[in-house]
Amino acid sequence: MQRRVTFDNRLLPYLLLAPQVAVTLVFFIWPAANAIWQSVHLQDAFGLRSEFVWFENFTHVLGDPNYLDTLKVTVVFSIAVTVLAMGVALLLAVLADSKIKGARAYKTLLIWPYALAPAVAAVLWIFIFNPDIGSFGKGLRALGYDWDYRLNGGQALVMVILAASWKQVSYNFIFFLAGLQAIPRSVMEAAGIDGAGPVRRFWTITFPLLSPTTFFLLVVDVVYAFFETFGTIHALTQGGPGKATETLIFRVYQDGVVNNDLGGSSAQSVILMVIVIALTAVQFRFVERKVHYS
Amino acid sequence: MATVEIRNVRKSYGPVEAIKGIDIAIQDGEFLVLLGPSGCGKSTLLRMVAGLEGITGGEIAIGGRVVNELDPKDRDIAMVFQNYALYPHMTVFDNMAYGLKIRGIPKAEIRARVDKAAEILELGRFLDRRPSQLSGGQRQRVAMGRAIVREPAAFLFDEPLSNLDAKLRTQMRVEIKRLQDRLGITSLYVTHDQVEAMTLADRILVMNHGVAEQIGTPLEVYQRPASLFVAGFIGSPPMNVLDGRIDDRGEAVLVPGGQRLLLPQSRPTDAGRPVKLGIRPEHLAAAAADFPGGFSIEIELVEALGADTVVYGRLPDGEALLVRMAGIPTVRERDRLTVAPQDGALHLFDAVTGRRVE
Repeated sequence: MQRRVTFDNRLLPYLLLAPQVAVTLVFFIWPAANAIWQSVHLQDAFGLRSEFVWFENFTHVLGDPNYLDTLKVTVVFSIAVTVLAMGVALLLAVLADSKIKGARAYKTLLIWPYALAPAVAAVLWIFIFNPDIGSFGKGLRALGYDWDYRLNGGQALVMVILAASWKQVSYNFIFFLAGLQAIPRSVMEAAGIDGAGPVRRFWTITFPLLSPTTFFLLVVDVVYAFFETFGTIHALTQGGPGKATETLIFRVYQDGVVNNDLGGSSAQSVILMVIVIALTAVQFRFVERKVHYS
Repeated sequence: MATVEIRNVRKSYGPVEAIKGIDIAIQDGEFLVLLGPSGCGKSTLLRMVAGLEGITGGEIAIGGRVVNELDPKDRDIAMVFQNYALYPHMTVFDNMAYGLKIRGIPKAEIRARVDKAAEILELGRFLDRRPSQLSGGQRQRVAMGRAIVREPAAFLFDEPLSNLDAKLRTQMRVEIKRLQDRLGITSLYVTHDQVEAMTLADRILVMNHGVAEQIGTPLEVYQRPASLFVAGFIGSPPMNVLDGRIDDRGEAVLVPGGQRLLLPQSRPTDAGRPVKLGIRPEHLAAAAADFPGGFSIEIELVEALGADTVVYGRLPDGEALLVRMAGIPTVRERDRLTVAPQDGALHLFDAVTGRRVE
């Protein structure tokens, strides 16, 4: 049965909705529309004239072999960040959910990284991984491993993946922990009496019962990896060395703000938007089927 | 099929002793009910048998094998939980088959066992449903089915009926009794409901503050309560308890109202001893106003239950006295009434320890 809230005043509901609608219009619809408009125009270098060019920006972008490389980096980066952030968060949540001393302190500490600004977090990572001054970076070099993310693209990619995942682990952790705590203890006990060991209990009871949380976090984390990791990458590697850590979102910035190719950058934005919308739709269409909502 | 032995079992949480040494040997096929108020330790004791709580002291043996250090899965027991604890993401069939699959039982046999249990419990039509699509009573039956298919050495029930409404509870109680008679599996059953205890149990263990107050058949517990606590807990409405003193010749009990109640046999050794006198409300009957040893009460409240009537009376010295009479009310509030105990209806308890005086 659905409950219906009614208002006496006919204007009040619209008034209450207005702030949300205004925010969506100003910060999403308008820029998105702008991006679409610009993606089919070509502007001169001084921004004085622009010319309607149909889909020339798109064909140009998609025809650029560099763009495919960026796409590959983005796919690797996003999959790695999502899997790592969710896997580590789930592991930590399971550990924090068990009866341990100081569980409250652990839980609080695990949430802290989420409160850090991406740039601040990136500076912390530089302090750790910098080959000259970073504790871990220096250690690796002392062990004879040639660690320098400023020169080695693979190492740089590993580092931005680590840093971006680390930021998202806290967020995922909160949700996983809440999800775990919502599973009745007696259900786990019943499974134990039925003969399931801890590992089997996790995969046959805990994990399926967590599926609504897992699905929600999957969607959120994919969007995070695509869009919200710009700050981390910008502060750590600026997309380098070469283009080894240049993701789609970073390239949008690079081409638009640094290289002043507004049309091409807008076309990329639109492509990126389409990719994320498609991914989310796919997730809802195919993954959600396996989700059990109680 | 197995015996369950509990030997001087203790449980402490830090300095707090929740269970203070329980001893009982449960026979093969016996139905033992653990009865007591909330917080008496009955559920903790059951969970210790299941292996869900550690054992601080003593020993628990199932089928002659000490299980103190064994995981729940290795104890060969099945448990029915108060909230059923069904697996919400599995069908009824999978709920029942889960434990069998883990134990590597062949598919055909799993099918056969589940079908048989479903038939006994009338769940056949629901095997493909999820628990959320079932009523409370049906979920309860699935929880029972999950226990049955395992064919365990013992069933453990943790207040399995307390989430059901009154009518369903009575119905399920009868079903549990029938099922246990049919399967003959040793059962431990925790409840705070004395009716469940009286109707289901072969023997009842009455617990209070982590101690076994009495172990006995339902009728023993009713007819010869071992302590004031048991006397007050079993029976509804509860037993009347009056202060009293055995007279100087050891032949009768004197109560403050002046009544002199003859003892069934004289006990000269107890002459002058202060006691608590217990009389069940159903063992008091209306009597002539000048009946020797009769209690004169002023009636404060009359509860007509249909089949019988409960009278709340007050003695001249202000003590309350409950009387349960058969049939519809024949008295009214504010009436005066004289009641007298039937022969052999007196229970004596030590005034200090509360233990029964034989």
